[in-house]
Amino acid sequence: MVALLFFAAAVRISVPYALAAMGAALSERGGVICIALEGIMLAGALGYVLGAYWSGSGWIGVGAALLVGAAMAWLHAEATVRFRADQITSGLGINLLAAGATRLALVQVFHSSSNSSRVVGLPQWNLPLLAGVPGLGDLLGSPLVLATIALVWLVHRLLFRSVFGLRLRATGERPEAAATLGLSVTRIRFGGVLLCGLLAGLAGAYLASEQHSFTDGMTGGRGYIALAAMIVGKWNPIGAAAACLMFGAAEALQIRLQGSAFPSELLQALPYLVTMLVLAGFIGRAVAPAADGIPYDPEDR
Amino acid sequence: MNVNRARLAALLTGLSPFVAVAAALAAGAVFIAAIGEKPLEIYGLLASQAFGTGYGIGQTLFRATPLLFTGLAVALGFRAGLFNIGVEGQMYLGGFAAGLAGTYLHAPAPLALPAALLAAALAGGVWGAVPGVLKARFGAHEVINTIMLNFVAFALVSWAGRGLFETATVRTRTIAAAAELPRLDALAPALRGSPVNASLLLGLLVAAGIGVLLFRTRIGYELRAVGFNPSAAEFGGVRAGPAQALALTLSGVVAGLGGTSFVLGYKHYFELGFTGGAGFIGIAVALLGRNHPFGVLVAALFFGALSYGGLVVNQRVPRELVEVLTALVILFAITARPLLERVARRLA
Repeated sequence: MVALLFFAAAVRISVPYALAAMGAALSERGGVICIALEGIMLAGALGYVLGAYWSGSGWIGVGAALLVGAAMAWLHAEATVRFRADQITSGLGINLLAAGATRLALVQVFHSSSNSSRVVGLPQWNLPLLAGVPGLGDLLGSPLVLATIALVWLVHRLLFRSVFGLRLRATGERPEAAATLGLSVTRIRFGGVLLCGLLAGLAGAYLASEQHSFTDGMTGGRGYIALAAMIVGKWNPIGAAAACLMFGAAEALQIRLQGSAFPSELLQALPYLVTMLVLAGFIGRAVAPAADGIPYDPEDR
Repeated sequence: MNVNRARLAALLTGLSPFVAVAAALAAGAVFIAAIGEKPLEIYGLLASQAFGTGYGIGQTLFRATPLLFTGLAVALGFRAGLFNIGVEGQMYLGGFAAGLAGTYLHAPAPLALPAALLAAALAGGVWGAVPGVLKARFGAHEVINTIMLNFVAFALVSWAGRGLFETATVRTRTIAAAAELPRLDALAPALRGSPVNASLLLGLLVAAGIGVLLFRTRIGYELRAVGFNPSAAEFGGVRAGPAQALALTLSGVVAGLGGTSFVLGYKHYFELGFTGGAGFIGIAVALLGRNHPFGVLVAALFFGALSYGGLVVNQRVPRELVEVLTALVILFAITARPLLERVARRLA
């Protein structure tokens, strides 16, 4: 019973991480580093709240979040793929832009610099059989939790079992080889980054729909945790999702231990420390796609 | 290649910071006009408040101070080919260490201030050395490690602060008077009332020191050589690993000192979240200043003025616009440069 509730809490926490981390995997497998996750998520959360606020429907909110997420990712792709600007700087710029623009929107729409009005969440489904099980019934009744579980499988299939996935991985490893085959590196990289935007935007929608509102800086570094999880998961959607579940469990434990004598703040640092150990090669070797972070310039021959 | 054309090409790429600022201000003007205000009037008011009065200049300088440090820290890393995104956390720990040293060290009066400054430099330096050594020893990507270390720093301070913060607050005890950095209005009465303090002078000193280090010493030459091309530098007899570790450590030291303006010169205590993103804005500062100490100084003044001016015009235009402008400057700067370079290449 306690174990089930704990598991459900860990999954709930890891849902936005997993969505964003899978997005980052798609972007980086195509060769574009996506530090912009944090900003895309934040903008997506605001998108959800605005959509739900003006329409009264959570589903419209989700649609708006997807749209806003894709728009932010498009900016990142435009700067890094089309203009071949530095990907890390662009990502940080997008994050600053999202932080400022969402605050500006809060002031303009809700006349508050800290939070929005309360908006509707998403409907909760009552699944037969499961509804009575403590923890699991609530958990699996949430449409976005179910969608995330399905997406882990779908994104994995897309990356490793589809033509687009093969081409995406080729542009991330050897863009010049992909170009030689007549593929457009620009288009394929745009595709990876835009899919990343959709997933990170959905992550923002989940956060906002659970909280029924937007608060200033509400992602609170989750985009960076997702990025870390993607690295620990070795640029694989399933690996990334598993790392997210681990990070989610650490966070759920930390919430349980809050107020006790146990230094829960140090548990909070655990995901970051694990990531550093993985990067240093202490826990298996994490190897990024060969052309990750390198702009493709066809004139550079 | 025609000499005049080569000159034109160099001039064009050198223009990119100005193009970026102009483009961001133009985008801001569109927003200002859209909410029914007059852009030129708002920008004029902003500039006149930020530079027109002694108090305004003091406020601009005060807001530019931490940005000068963080901009220099990022620029120093960039020169060695390293992206230090950990400036925020290094500055945070620097401020925390300075606050603790100023409160609990009980050093005799002439030593109290140097001890607090040293604590800030050490804390920031250690936090910069970690990703530096990991990069040199294991080739671990400094970008990810510095991001991770930011969060570890926040968690560490929250944990350490449990027993140290004043009851029901998130601030430490007030530091000893001997550890305070004096305000500059004691020296220049025109700045009266503004919080600008001696941390700015320290920042100018650090800027000059970095200029000498980078362009007048052997170590600086080696750092730049590694930044330019690590393999070529190795071939030329420079050991890239130690140079990278040194660069990130020094970058951390500079970032750590950036916490002193608030902690030792303004509030006289450490407070959770005091950095307020200055570490990230430092990236914009370094970018706009083209990683040159003098350029960084000018860029820090620009963002300092924008930050104070944004507060002044808040009645008519939400000050959050300033954050958007800062982000736009970054995005325009990184796209303008390759664009101008491409134009220059066509011309040359």
